[in-house]
Amino acid sequence: MDEIFDIFLLEALINGILFGGVLALLSLGLNLIFGVVDVVWICYAELVMFGMYTMYWLAGVYDVPILLAAVAAIGLVAILGLLVHVLIIAPILGSPPINQLLATGGLLFFLQSAATLMFSIEFRNLGLRLPILEFNEMYFSYARLLAFGVALVGMAAVYLFLTRTYIGAAIRAISQDREVMVLMGVDSKKVYWVTALVGGGLAGLAACLLVLQYDVHPFVGISFGPITFIICVLGGLGNMIGGFVAAFILSIIISVGGLYSEMEWGYVLAFVFFIVMMFIRPQGLLGKK
Amino acid sequence: MMKQLPYIIGVLLIAVPFVAPQYPLHLIIMILIWSLVYTAWSLMGRFGLVSLGHGAFMSIGAYVTALLWNYGGISPWIGIPAAMITAAIMAFLVAYPCFQFKIVGHYFALVTLALSEVVKLVIIACRDTTGGSLGFTPERHGEGTSIVAIQFADKEVFYFVVLIAWGIGLLIWRAVDRSMMRFALDSISEDEDASAAAGVHVTASKLKITMLSAVLTALGGALYCQYQMFIGPEVIGGIGISLQIVFAVVVGGLYTMMGPTIGAIITLLMTEVFRNLITSLRTQGIDLAGLDTTVYGLMLILFIIFLPKGILGEAIDRLAGGKKRDTG
Repeated sequence: MDEIFDIFLLEALINGILFGGVLALLSLGLNLIFGVVDVVWICYAELVMFGMYTMYWLAGVYDVPILLAAVAAIGLVAILGLLVHVLIIAPILGSPPINQLLATGGLLFFLQSAATLMFSIEFRNLGLRLPILEFNEMYFSYARLLAFGVALVGMAAVYLFLTRTYIGAAIRAISQDREVMVLMGVDSKKVYWVTALVGGGLAGLAACLLVLQYDVHPFVGISFGPITFIICVLGGLGNMIGGFVAAFILSIIISVGGLYSEMEWGYVLAFVFFIVMMFIRPQGLLGKK
Repeated sequence: MMKQLPYIIGVLLIAVPFVAPQYPLHLIIMILIWSLVYTAWSLMGRFGLVSLGHGAFMSIGAYVTALLWNYGGISPWIGIPAAMITAAIMAFLVAYPCFQFKIVGHYFALVTLALSEVVKLVIIACRDTTGGSLGFTPERHGEGTSIVAIQFADKEVFYFVVLIAWGIGLLIWRAVDRSMMRFALDSISEDEDASAAAGVHVTASKLKITMLSAVLTALGGALYCQYQMFIGPEVIGGIGISLQIVFAVVVGGLYTMMGPTIGAIITLLMTEVFRNLITSLRTQGIDLAGLDTTVYGLMLILFIIFLPKGILGEAIDRLAGGKKRDTG
């Protein structure tokens, strides 16, 4: 009896870690944008939803090869990210940050209902079922393993981009001190644009991975949007390493917490854990005092 | 003319249920209930305390009242105050550490957003008691009209109930506006450290206004439940409703007493017009579900970019000759 119980726990633990990969990818994108532009994109998960629809239409309906569709989805969401910045954030860069947060909240409504208008509220999926891996009586879906692997590769790529390229260095510098970097001759507009593109691209990549596991519908963003914000705040807004660690902690709590009763309790536990942690370490897990 | 205006509106408001047909009356009741909630939010929102957790307080107000009635047979006369106290305790538990540790701006908005998700998920997870996502219906008391159960078969009676609640909300808004606390909170929203140095009790002031706002929001939630006789975790809670509350206030105007009410009138009328349009188009075979919120979302973005003070705020500024214009 004990042994079976442990296997379930281990399975939940590993599934939690696998789920954490995509969440970490999403929080990286959000943190990147926050660090540079000082704005929380409340509509970030809705960008993912559009990426998922792009995948659905291209790969699921028009039979475009899946890799090509993925590239198109990433590109499209990256452009969408750029548009969010240029059309909505840039005109109000000077107003209080909370206004910018609310403007992207308006975009959340807009994107959700535009998707409803265009695609109706039907649940759709790629119709692609990847096999399940069995290992020691534990079951893991290939989709999750793949998502985990690709998410790690994506994050490594962003890390290399930030540390090895000139524009990456400028992004890191501007997130440390916004005013001084402009005086140092960094073109802040260009940095903002690249950040929005990369942030959107990460959302697109996450969309390609999520569409393998979940059905897409106009409100799919609600199922992982809030948890992504919570991860970013828990890790310390703008702190990318902190977000990475927080993503795995929370995804394990959700997965293991959901094991003992309904899935929602896993989420409730994660949110409560977050609220309690805010009081213990309000600056974030790895934030500096 | 401007002096008599409130009295004229007062008389008109009392006359409404005697002249208005059922459907407009229903709309007016909904507008009043939401106006109360929006006014409650603006109590703290105007001081830069942007809460995305008011859906949680509304849900608490409605669910505590309804659950006590259905399972305990406790009259809403006791249930509503109990729900308001629960909301106050909840607000205290979340807000006190927030303010103590200087969680402000983005962080405050996101922590409160987590709160509204927690409450929504708990309601969904406890589906055996609360009905989960399918919603919850308070039990009808006999014929449908009962003072004890605060249930009225006639909309006219309920109209006066919500009119009084709305009036109380406005009076509280005005009392806060004229109190010393307002100056304290204004200075806190400018600079917390400087106001603390000047002798303002930062945490205590913010806590008071937050709890007051939560209590009034819970009252709004309870009234919504008593009137609609149906509540759901997404209908009166969660991130959607929390954002809707913020937006309606932004549209109407954040810094004026009637702003939230104007916001409620505009957003609710717009939703109704679109809903009717969509329904009539559907009978012709054109499905435009989602058109209402598409326009709504777009409007909100434009408002925040071009009219951050809201319609009423901007109108008052214009009438005052643009003297008090400042960025904000």
